[in-house]
Amino acid sequence: VNAFAAQHPIAVVALVKIVVLLFLLMTVLAYLVWFERKVSAHIQSRRGPYRVGPHGLLQPMADAIKFLMKEDPTPAGADRFVYYLAPLLTMGLSICAIAVIPFGPGTMQIFGQSTPLVVADVNVGLLILFALTSLGVYGVVLAGWSSDSKYSLLGGLRSSAQMVSYELSLTLSVVGVLLLAGTFRLSDIVTAQSGFTWGFLPRWNLLNPVAPQLLGFFCYFVAAVAETNRLPFDLAEAETELVAGYHTEYSAFKFGMFFIGEYAAMVTVACLAVILFFGGWLSPLPGGTGMAWTAYLPAAALALAGLGLMANGVRYWKISGRVVLSLMGLALCGLAILCAGDGIRQAIEGPFWFLLKVFVVLFVYVWVRWTLPRFRYDQLMAIGWKFLLPASLANVVLTSLLVVARS
Amino acid sequence: MTAELLVFMVLALLAVAGAVNLILQRHPIHSALSLIVVMAALAGLYLLLEAEFVAAVQIIVYAGAIMVLFVFVIMLLNAGLEERTQFSRVARYAGVPLAGVLLVVLTFHVARASAAMTAAPLAEGTTRQVALLLFRDFAFPFELTSILILVALVGAMVLAKRDS
Repeated sequence: VNAFAAQHPIAVVALVKIVVLLFLLMTVLAYLVWFERKVSAHIQSRRGPYRVGPHGLLQPMADAIKFLMKEDPTPAGADRFVYYLAPLLTMGLSICAIAVIPFGPGTMQIFGQSTPLVVADVNVGLLILFALTSLGVYGVVLAGWSSDSKYSLLGGLRSSAQMVSYELSLTLSVVGVLLLAGTFRLSDIVTAQSGFTWGFLPRWNLLNPVAPQLLGFFCYFVAAVAETNRLPFDLAEAETELVAGYHTEYSAFKFGMFFIGEYAAMVTVACLAVILFFGGWLSPLPGGTGMAWTAYLPAAALALAGLGLMANGVRYWKISGRVVLSLMGLALCGLAILCAGDGIRQAIEGPFWFLLKVFVVLFVYVWVRWTLPRFRYDQLMAIGWKFLLPASLANVVLTSLLVVARS
Repeated sequence: MTAELLVFMVLALLAVAGAVNLILQRHPIHSALSLIVVMAALAGLYLLLEAEFVAAVQIIVYAGAIMVLFVFVIMLLNAGLEERTQFSRVARYAGVPLAGVLLVVLTFHVARASAAMTAAPLAEGTTRQVALLLFRDFAFPFELTSILILVALVGAMVLAKRDS
């Protein structure tokens, strides 16, 4: 295999990376749905999924089987080609976008080939990401139009107006970051944020000493929530007014594809927020003498999670759950010991911080959804054009002035 | 045949097929979708020329923003199937011959020039080059164009408001 890989380095390495990333992404997406249901349940003083597997951990499998087994009718008046195309577009484009996200520094070895921790390290990575997100609208719009249902059409119409309005703010909100970094390559944007102000405050773009991107991040986050069609901006779905909005007429796996697309877009947007504003894979703790213990934090976190799982597992209400949860805790502890070893410790530090930050952003995402009520359509347009767009423009002007004045 | 030529052939075929389909389709939404295919194929061709910035902007601006607006308007007006007019008199006696002449002229020039043409030297950091051209060398015409677009926008607003 190594010899073949040496002959066709790009094809083999890229293929391996794509397959692994796709597998990981699908698992993450499945458990993101579980996570969202759990968080929403606890926000509303419920327990959430609890029946399928211990703590509902097998719920994603049950959901997947349900998506595959349901009857899948096509509405009589539907435009068949477009009707089938729309969910494919939504899912395909939002999964593609993850390819340009760098997960860590340095390189890894695949069949003897050294390669960075990203599928496509292109020099206009950010633009490619925005290009894919901007095409993602078509999935929603075309689904709404092709279903031949008034609810779907209204959902699609709302979505297209919303996307056009918020895309401007989304792209303008990252201009501040680009001015500070001076590049479109995502891994270079991360490396530009290394270092610490006064020895302890990380120089992430959010806290950049030259021009802190607080306003930029606020605009980015609001626009990103709107772009991914989530509450409080989910007017395309608006189940209280439009049944289910653009995917009213979809069922079974075609509906599942919209579902996967929405969550994949969420993950991409969270990863991008971390890369642009929170220093990507960089550790929040300064290095240097006396700080060598920070390298053991990933292992410690894993061990703590494992111990917590075991402590919780032995008191579970079902015997099978007690066994399974304790074993999972034990496995996590074993993994922690493995991660404390030389070599592996350095290799996983970057991805660990990156994934931890992404997890925090995703939690805020879910938290927002179950806290804020939906905006009215006119409020949505007013926020987009009269508040968010001027705010992101002001951020561009302010950042440019500060960069020119202080450098 | 190199891989590059193969990719070019596929993208070019896609662009031409999309353009022909755009005219043949009778529903405006299908035509708009064909136009998006053309634009995506063009972006791929730019990518083949190593103009990543232009390719990404082509997708973001044309396929992403402008075509979404097109589709939005088509859906808002709920436009139905078009009726075939089978060529108006002007189209039959002036349009079709002129299109043929254009095709012949273009083919002639492309066939003559291809042997003598050489590729332009590859600019290092195309994004930077584009920015320098737009905002330094051609800053005045660039700003003038944006004012022209602004005037057109205001004009459209005035025309729309006049009746009510």
